[in-house]
Amino acid sequence: MTRSLLSIDDLSRMDIERILGRAESFAEVAGREVKKVPTLRGRTVINLFYESSTRTASSFEIAAKRLSADLVSVRAAGSSVDKGESLKDTIQTLSAYDPAVIVIRSPYAGAAALVARWSAAAVVNAGDGKREHPTQALLDVYTLRRRLGSLDGLRVWIVGDVLHSRVARSNVLAFGRMGCEVTVCGPPTLIPREVESLGCRVRHSLDDLGEADVIYALRMQHERMEGSFVPSLREYAARFQIHARRLSPRQLLMHPGPVNRGVELSAEVIDSPQALIIPQVESGIVVRMAVLFDLLAGGGGRAAPEPQAQATAAEPQPA
Amino acid sequence: MSAPDAALDHAAGPPADALVTGARLIDPRLGLDRLGDVLIRSGRVAEVGESGALESPPGAELVDAAGLIAVPAFVDPHVHLRTPGLEHVEDVDSGTRAAAAGGFCAVLAMPNTQPVVDSAPLLRSLRELARQTAHVPTGFLAAITQGQRGDALTEMGELADSGAVAFSDDGLPVQRAGVLRLALQYQRLAGRVLALHEEDPSLSGAGVMHEGAVSAQLGLTGIPSISESTTIARDAAIAGYEGGRLHFQHLSALESVVAVEQGKAAGIALSAEVSPHHLTLTDEDVRSLDTNLKMNPPLRSRRDRRALVDGLRSGTIDCVATDHAPHAGEEKEQPFEVAPMGVTGLETAFAALHTELVLGGLLDLGVLVERMTAGGAAFGIVAPSLAAGSQANLCLIDSGAEWIVGEAGYESRSANSCFAGRRLTGRVRMTIAGGSIAYRERTFAVGVV
Repeated sequence: MTRSLLSIDDLSRMDIERILGRAESFAEVAGREVKKVPTLRGRTVINLFYESSTRTASSFEIAAKRLSADLVSVRAAGSSVDKGESLKDTIQTLSAYDPAVIVIRSPYAGAAALVARWSAAAVVNAGDGKREHPTQALLDVYTLRRRLGSLDGLRVWIVGDVLHSRVARSNVLAFGRMGCEVTVCGPPTLIPREVESLGCRVRHSLDDLGEADVIYALRMQHERMEGSFVPSLREYAARFQIHARRLSPRQLLMHPGPVNRGVELSAEVIDSPQALIIPQVESGIVVRMAVLFDLLAGGGGRAAPEPQAQATAAEPQPA
Repeated sequence: MSAPDAALDHAAGPPADALVTGARLIDPRLGLDRLGDVLIRSGRVAEVGESGALESPPGAELVDAAGLIAVPAFVDPHVHLRTPGLEHVEDVDSGTRAAAAGGFCAVLAMPNTQPVVDSAPLLRSLRELARQTAHVPTGFLAAITQGQRGDALTEMGELADSGAVAFSDDGLPVQRAGVLRLALQYQRLAGRVLALHEEDPSLSGAGVMHEGAVSAQLGLTGIPSISESTTIARDAAIAGYEGGRLHFQHLSALESVVAVEQGKAAGIALSAEVSPHHLTLTDEDVRSLDTNLKMNPPLRSRRDRRALVDGLRSGTIDCVATDHAPHAGEEKEQPFEVAPMGVTGLETAFAALHTELVLGGLLDLGVLVERMTAGGAAFGIVAPSLAAGSQANLCLIDSGAEWIVGEAGYESRSANSCFAGRRLTGRVRMTIAGGSIAYRERTFAVGVV
C-alpha cells in the first residue's frame, strides 16, 4: 500500500512530529556547501501543476533534486491538458513512467485523492482547489516550532480570506493538532458558514488581535474574487490589514505568500523582524524533502531500498 | 384539467393472464393488507381473493408469490431518459427497462433533452418512440419556456393537445417571477400542472454541495437551503395569486417543507415530491467526494433529511420521485467540482427506502407504498390499484432479499448510482405495467398451468 499525503486530517500529531524531525535533519544538510543527498537516487518524481505556482512548484523541485531524484515538471499550459485530456488519462499516461511520487496542484478539491486512486505512485497534494495545502501547513508548523520550540497553548489568528483559502483549512487542522488555539478572522463574506466545525473560533474584527501570539495573514485571492465579497480592497485593508499599529512586538507574523503589499499586510510589517515570511519559504524545501523521504524511504512507505548509510556522511539519521 | 391516460405510451406486450398466489397483498388506498391471491385476466385485475380461493383458468401463468408482497406498482413523476440527444447514456428502451426492474408501472420524462422538448412535433415523435420501445407507460413533459431559456412561453396549448403530461423547465428554475406568472395565467388555457425545479441562481451560484459544516471542511462552494426554499415560497405566492397549480420537484431542505406546508395551509393548489437519495443520505456522505453523490439539489444535513421523512409521512410531501439522471462514466470520473450533477435511481428506489426508512423504523411500509404510487396524482394520472376491475399495474417484491447495488450490473445504460456498493434489503421480482408483464427477474420462476 503506497502512502500519500493528501490531507492534514490524515496525520496524527506523531506523524507531524516525525516529518518535522526529519526536516530538522535535512536542515542540517541544507547548511552545508553540498546540499545533495542520494536518498532518492534513481527514483522519479513528477510535479504536475494545473495552476500557476512559483514557490510551491520550485520548492518541490529543489526538494526532489536535493534528494537526487529524477524530476519531471509538467505544467498544464502547453501540455496535453491543453488539448482536452482528462485528468484520468493524464495520470495513467504519467504513471506508465513508473514514478515514485506524483506531486499535484489542481484547482479542484479531491484531485490529489483521485490521482492516488488512479496511480500506484505515492501522491503529494500540493493544493487541491480550496480544500487543502498540507505541505504549506507542515512548513508553517515547522517554521514556528523552530522559532518557539513548543506550540502547545499558542494562540494563532488566521486573518483574511478564509473562504477561498486551502492554506487556512490545512493550517487550522495542523495548528490544532499541535495544541494551538486557532481563531479565524475576516469579513463575514469571506468566512465559510460553520467553519467552526474545523476546530477554530470565528471573529469578524481585529479588536481582540492583541491576544494572538501568532498572526497568520492570508492572501486576498484576486483571482478568486469574481464575486464582490468585499466592497473594495480599500475598505478591506482599513479593517483587516495587519500594519505596525496592529502588530505588537511580542507577536509573530506569518503569510503563505505571495503577499499583496498594502492589502493584507503593510510594507513595514513585511520587513519587520517579527515576520517569518522568508523563513517560511526556506522551510519549504526541507519540509518537502522530509515529506518525500517519509513517503518513499521512511517507515510504512512502499518497499524501498534503504539508503546506504555509508553512501554519504550527509545521510540524515532517523530523528 | 386531468390528463387522459392516453397521454402515457408504451410498447404494450400481450395482456397479462396470471394467477398470483400466496402473496401479502398491500394496497393502502383500499385498506388492504392480508395474504391472498390476485387473478389477472386480459391485463386487468379480475378478482382478489383469499389464498387458495381462486381457480386458475387455462392458459394463465401461475405465479407462486408465497413469501412475497404484492403492491400496486410505483409511479415516478420525474425521470430523465436522455432522449433525444444523449442516447448513449440512456434511451427510452433502457430507461423504462430500469423502471420496470424497479417496480414502476409509469414514468414521466423531463424535457431537458438535446434539443429541449418545446415543440409539438418533437413531443409527438417521442410518444411514437415510446409506443415502439417503452417497457412501461411513459409520459413526456414539455418545457415551460422555449429552449428552457426562461423567456418566452412554449406553445403550451398545442403541446397539451399533443399529449404533454405537464410542463417543466427542470434542470433549471424559471428564474423570473414575471415569466412564471405568465405561465400560470396561461395554465388556465392549456391545463396541465407546472412542475418546478426551485433554485435561485443568485444564491446557489457555483455551489456544488450543501452549504454547511461539511462544505466548509471540504473547501467546496455550498448551495444554501434558502436557494430552494425562498423560490418555493415566492412561486407558491404567485400560484395563490393567479389561482394556478404547481408541483415542486425534488425537495431537499427543511425550509422547503415548511414553505410547502404553509402554501398548502393557505389553500394554494400545490404538490411536492422528494427523492430516495434525499430521504436516505446526507452531506456527511459527500465527504468521500464520490461524484455519484453529486446532484442538484444537493444532499443536505441530517435535520433536513429528517424533515423530508416527516414531510413524506405527514403528506406535506405527496410522493416519491427518483429524479433518475443517468450520466456517462467518463463524465463522473472527474474531480467532484467539475463532474455533472445527477444520479440514477429507478432500480434502487424501493430497496433504498425500504431499507433505510421502513426497516429503519421511520416509515410504515403501507405509507411508503402509498407515496411511491402517488406520483401521478398531480398530473391527472390514475393511481395504480389492486382493486378488481383496475388495469393490472402491480409488482411482486421479496422484502427480505438482500442484494448489493451494482453487483449484477444495471438495466439502465448508466451506472452512476448513489447507492452503488450498498447492501439493500428488498428486491423486485416481477412488474406488471399497463396490463402487461414488463419485468421478471431472471431467477424468478413462473409456471404455466
